[in-house]
Amino acid sequence: MTDKAEGSLLYLDDVSVSFDGFRAINRLSLVLEPGEMRAIIGPNGAGKTTMMDIITGKTRPDTGDVLFDGSVDLTRLDEAAIANLGIGRKFQKPTVFESHSVEDNIALALKARRGAFAALFHSRSAAEQQRIDTLLATIRLADKRDLLAARLSHGQKQWLEIGMLLAQEPRLLLVDEPAAGMTDAETTETAILLKEIAKTQSVVVVEHDMTFVRALGVKVTVLHEGSVLAEGSLDTVSANPKVIEVYLGR
Amino acid sequence: MIISFLVDSLDRRGRIVVILLVVLALLVPAGNLLVPEGSAFHVSTYQLTLCGKYLTYALLALSVDLVWGYCGILSLGHGAFFALGGYAMGMYLMRQIGARGVYADPMLPDFMVFLNWKELPWFWQGFDMAWYAFLMVVLVPGVIALLFGWLSFRSRVTGVYLSIITQALTYALLLAFFRNDMGFGGNNGLTDFKDILGFPIQAPGTRAALFAASALMLALGFVVASAVVRSKLGKVLVAIRDAESRTRFIGYRVEHYKLFVWTLSAVMAGVAGALYVPQVGIINPSEFDPSASIEAVIWVAVGGRGTLIGPLIGAVAVNFGKTWFTGVLPEIWLYALGALFVVVTLFLPRGIVGLWDRVVSRRAKPAPDVDGSGRQAGEAA
Repeated sequence: MTDKAEGSLLYLDDVSVSFDGFRAINRLSLVLEPGEMRAIIGPNGAGKTTMMDIITGKTRPDTGDVLFDGSVDLTRLDEAAIANLGIGRKFQKPTVFESHSVEDNIALALKARRGAFAALFHSRSAAEQQRIDTLLATIRLADKRDLLAARLSHGQKQWLEIGMLLAQEPRLLLVDEPAAGMTDAETTETAILLKEIAKTQSVVVVEHDMTFVRALGVKVTVLHEGSVLAEGSLDTVSANPKVIEVYLGR
Repeated sequence: MIISFLVDSLDRRGRIVVILLVVLALLVPAGNLLVPEGSAFHVSTYQLTLCGKYLTYALLALSVDLVWGYCGILSLGHGAFFALGGYAMGMYLMRQIGARGVYADPMLPDFMVFLNWKELPWFWQGFDMAWYAFLMVVLVPGVIALLFGWLSFRSRVTGVYLSIITQALTYALLLAFFRNDMGFGGNNGLTDFKDILGFPIQAPGTRAALFAASALMLALGFVVASAVVRSKLGKVLVAIRDAESRTRFIGYRVEHYKLFVWTLSAVMAGVAGALYVPQVGIINPSEFDPSASIEAVIWVAVGGRGTLIGPLIGAVAVNFGKTWFTGVLPEIWLYALGALFVVVTLFLPRGIVGLWDRVVSRRAKPAPDVDGSGRQAGEAA
């Protein structure tokens, strides 16, 4: 199995997990190449968020392999260890640290030693300040740096969270419904931002919004009832009769 | 480096608090020892000891604020650490009595002679030495907090469940310390102290020194707490309070951070207890009573949680009220305390300090900016 995983960034093989007898993920297999951007679509309850939970260590799979970088077994690690390996996650509902300023939100996410004592005696270096400034410019919140994150609009919070992800300098970004609750203009901007990010990092985007997925223009994986239903370009999968049945039938 | 790290952490308000405490440490004992009894500025020994007791309560409140206000861990059992520190000090004071006890045993405290014990239990060894006892004041609450915290934070016990088990912790200790065969004096506890560090404990000079020590220790605790809160670690604590799982997914090992602040807080509570015991002259299991821990939480809520200054104000104000009420209308006090908690919860979410900030910002600018105001005031300072 490790041979197949070789050269991949993320490798899920025959993964299953049940909650109280309900199979949220059912023999799911998925391979992501380094530098790849992938969109995951699927109806509600298809297991998209559970899949994210498994990759980031929040949920342990009952069976199956989850490997990062071809060899690191993610099922043995906790959330913090996985995050420090270089897997960043954005939640569906934007979660930023509301009682911290925008700048502090980025500063907390900034790649650095995560130990308690390192944090106690940490003082911000010029390089770190520079990095924070760059990130704030990227997410277009430089003028709001001193504002409490609680004061941001929904769309701005989504962006701040993406900025926090970038600050972690992850090798793989998992982005759960980034366009949810955004205006059309914000959605377009977000697609541009994600494509920009995908030039240097691998990205997995879970999304409902088909126009957004089309704007990304990447390989699509369709999930249904916890396993992969179809994979390919958006046009191929939308022509797939099984996909049509799941999405349009019933 | 440590000094500048600590001093830089104080904002303008924090500096005022520290200066005020140092001035108190000098002036109140002077008012007791130097000013003649007839003068209006004379501080009676009763008042001095009472205020000293309030200061130890303030340190306990500060320790509660550190975990509750900044990390969202609502401890309903901090009285346990206070009492453990108190018992460590009490054991030292018991050993200082020596052969002056009622039974005049040179080694064994009176209650052990009464129980017909022949020799000192192992855990009482060493408590005749001040350095050892003072080390235990810090170590015993610290190690127990470390173990308790490690087990509960690792299992991700949070919120109300954690509050309940902290309550269970202090209740279990209450029951244990009530037992005579535990070797801590049962329900009578430890009392009849004679000397501390060779000075007679009842002497005005000793009492004044204990007051000064309480004020200075509170100032030190305040500076340490400010430094922790202002550091990046402090920001991570607030992040954990507001969005724990987000903090994990950024890569912070939440349980380590919680364990650090929890243990630090327990040590502070232990030191407070150790200063409390020689001033009130007794330590008994009632200090472990769950209601004592809940009262400490009320002090913090009344003063303003997550402010560091609030707990000091709350502890002193509520206890002053308690002293006054229990003198004038003793049967009303518990109702008053309950009502106070309800009023604060409903109308003053950030306590007295929050109210003060609101008043100040309303004066400063016509359009009040309730949420941001406290913060901006803090930043400007």
